[in-house]
Amino acid sequence: MDLSYTPEEEDFRGRLREWLAKVLPGLPPKPSPDDWPGRRAYDLGWQRTLYDAGYAGLHWPIDAGGRGATPTQHLIFLEETENAGAPYVGANFVGLLHAGPTIAAEGSAEQRARWLPPVLRGEEVWCQGFSEPDAGSDLAALRTRAWRDGDDYVVSGSKIWTSHAEVADWCELLVRTDAKAPKHRGISWLAMPMDAPGITVRPLRTLAGSTEFAEVFLDEVRVPVANRVGAENDGWRVTMVTLSFERGTAFVGEVVACRRVLGELAREARKNGRWDDAVLRRGLGRLNAEFRALWRLTQWNVSESERAGGVPGIGGSVFKLRYSRARQELYDAAAEVLGPEALDLDSRWTLDRLSSLSYTIAAGTSQIQRNIVAERILGLPKGR
Amino acid sequence: MDFQLTDDQRALRAGVRELLVRRFGRERLRAAVDAPDAPNLDRALWRELGEAGFFALRLPESAGGVGLGLPEAVLAFEEAGRALLTGPLVATHLAAGEVPGAATGETVVAAVDGTLVEWLDAADVVRGDVTGAVPMRSADPLTPLHRVPRAAPPDPVAALLTAAEQLGSAARTCELAVQHARTREQFGQPIGAFQAVKHLCSEMLVRVEVARGAVYAAAVTADPLDIAAAGLLADEAAERGARDCLQVHGGMGFTWESDVHLHLKRAWLRARRGQSAAEAEEALAEDLQSAAPGPRT
Ligand SMILES: Cc1cc2nc3c(=O)[nH]c(=O)nc-3n(C[C@H](O)[C@H](O)[C@H](O)COP(=O)(O)OP(=O)(O)OC[C@H]3O[C@@H](n4cnc5c(N)ncnc54)[C@H](O)[C@@H]3O)c2cc1C
Repeated sequence: MDLSYTPEEEDFRGRLREWLAKVLPGLPPKPSPDDWPGRRAYDLGWQRTLYDAGYAGLHWPIDAGGRGATPTQHLIFLEETENAGAPYVGANFVGLLHAGPTIAAEGSAEQRARWLPPVLRGEEVWCQGFSEPDAGSDLAALRTRAWRDGDDYVVSGSKIWTSHAEVADWCELLVRTDAKAPKHRGISWLAMPMDAPGITVRPLRTLAGSTEFAEVFLDEVRVPVANRVGAENDGWRVTMVTLSFERGTAFVGEVVACRRVLGELAREARKNGRWDDAVLRRGLGRLNAEFRALWRLTQWNVSESERAGGVPGIGGSVFKLRYSRARQELYDAAAEVLGPEALDLDSRWTLDRLSSLSYTIAAGTSQIQRNIVAERILGLPKGR
Repeated sequence: MDFQLTDDQRALRAGVRELLVRRFGRERLRAAVDAPDAPNLDRALWRELGEAGFFALRLPESAGGVGLGLPEAVLAFEEAGRALLTGPLVATHLAAGEVPGAATGETVVAAVDGTLVEWLDAADVVRGDVTGAVPMRSADPLTPLHRVPRAAPPDPVAALLTAAEQLGSAARTCELAVQHARTREQFGQPIGAFQAVKHLCSEMLVRVEVARGAVYAAAVTADPLDIAAAGLLADEAAERGARDCLQVHGGMGFTWESDVHLHLKRAWLRARRGQSAAEAEEALAEDLQSAAPGPRT
């Protein structure tokens, strides 16, 4: 058990810290939450800045355009960027954190060469077309169909809750390529260009008032067969790879962010006098224990995946269950500290509190994660 | 950073587990519980633990110890917690090198912790001021207790080793619940196929794993705040784990015959050791006022 970093890692941390201190003050102001083209440009701009400095795709394999760094270096990268208050991945979330890693792990050489560099350079945005109106938790019940016509698949159906669909160039899309096969067997994983004819994106308004996600209607959309990642009808296995990245590593930076937010909250409480309330103060202390422990669990999981060769293990579900709840507790505590101001929609605390509500739903609900932990880690029988 | 057990650490853990299964397996445990008199300290076992290096684990080799560190001690105490091993383990371990015979298990050392002393009558040496000690009818049938008027200040290493025991107990109750849920049938299927039961079990595991990260990290850093956090999470994992395990066992869980109550009572007792939850939370709250709260590594 070793939590110390090697001299090379410390050196990497030091250079990164210096670089962040240099570039962050010069960043343009953040666009407003509903300015989608502005947000896209901002997020891609930051990605380009990272790329130019050699920090893009740090832990991706070198032949996938990455830097071949260890998961530990990536962990340091996430810790330092969050602590410095660098921009969040934002619109690049899917491309960088799960579609990209999936293509790196499962794609052909041509597919890696086609799709990965633009993600790293901040040129293309991806979205995730997994969920459907009748296939959410029961993802394999998806009905969007694809049939072959020459070198193309022709895709019809609809997707829902597709985050960032409005500004995406590509969609990691799950389709049913064999309607007669058992439900997990007839699925394929496609990369669909979002500007193809037949795609209609209808934004949905979230409870926070923004248009974070959308419904996507697909009417005989042509997707080249060459865009299929993995074998035909083997998409469920590929999907498990995607989900292991989505649940396993995608939230790592956010734990650090929560730790920072908790510190801000404590200082806010001291300013407005709420710190004198022992119950509230102790609650914040407890949250400190919680986020410290989640950080340790992160380090544990990263070390485990480093030993296993880079693919995150099933521990991601354990982490996500606790993290998604802790994040909601953090913003509930913020409401306690802020008092009436917690009802002000112009307060970023209020918007963040509202958005924290999605964490126990998106990327697999807490109930589904509990099923996964019980059946796949603890070996309990599947229910009828 | 390689925050995983080394091969040596795995071997150590397996060795301690094997020793405890052999010397303090279920039959011994139940025999101790059902002994006619007050709980008896098994001196032969104590010496065997001494020979195995349990108490001298962190003592330098030059002083006749094993020369290992806190992480190894934590692994050993985790196993002790799993097995519900009885006796003033933490106090004797901390006395190794200071009290003659403690390292080898020849001398049994008890200590005042807060306003309680465990195993006062059985001990050869007691550390702390025990004037005015009054015996209690202990809730834990395997740990005799005295109350003392003057509280002793908490020791962080004692708190960490206690957290390790809590972790072991939590992991064990999770295992017991899962074993039972796999085999006990109702409505024509194992109860573990019911989601209500399944979800109790998965939450138990989540608490264990979160506590494990915190306890192991605190063993590596020995930072008082890491130890405070580890204590809070390990207490939660042990106490709630035992309760949920009892729930999964149904009526059987409420009996004296099942081991669940032993884990629960010991978890309650350990949660009383060292810093109180309130003090730990206050210390962690204070940390939030610094510019960069949270772990430094
Ligand atoms: C902010 C946000 C962003 C999202 N972004 C995307 C995206 O970009 N791409 C994408 O594909 N999807 C996205 N999703 C969709 C998300 O993955 C689904 O909402 C989620 O998987 C749940 O599916 P559902 O909404 O159909 O709910 P349902 O599956 O209908 O679930 C409703 C309730 O029933 C419970 N339930 C369902 N099945 C079970 C079961 N077997 N056992 C116990 N309880 C059960 C659930 O836990 C939940 O409480 C997003 C969702 C949110 C909230």
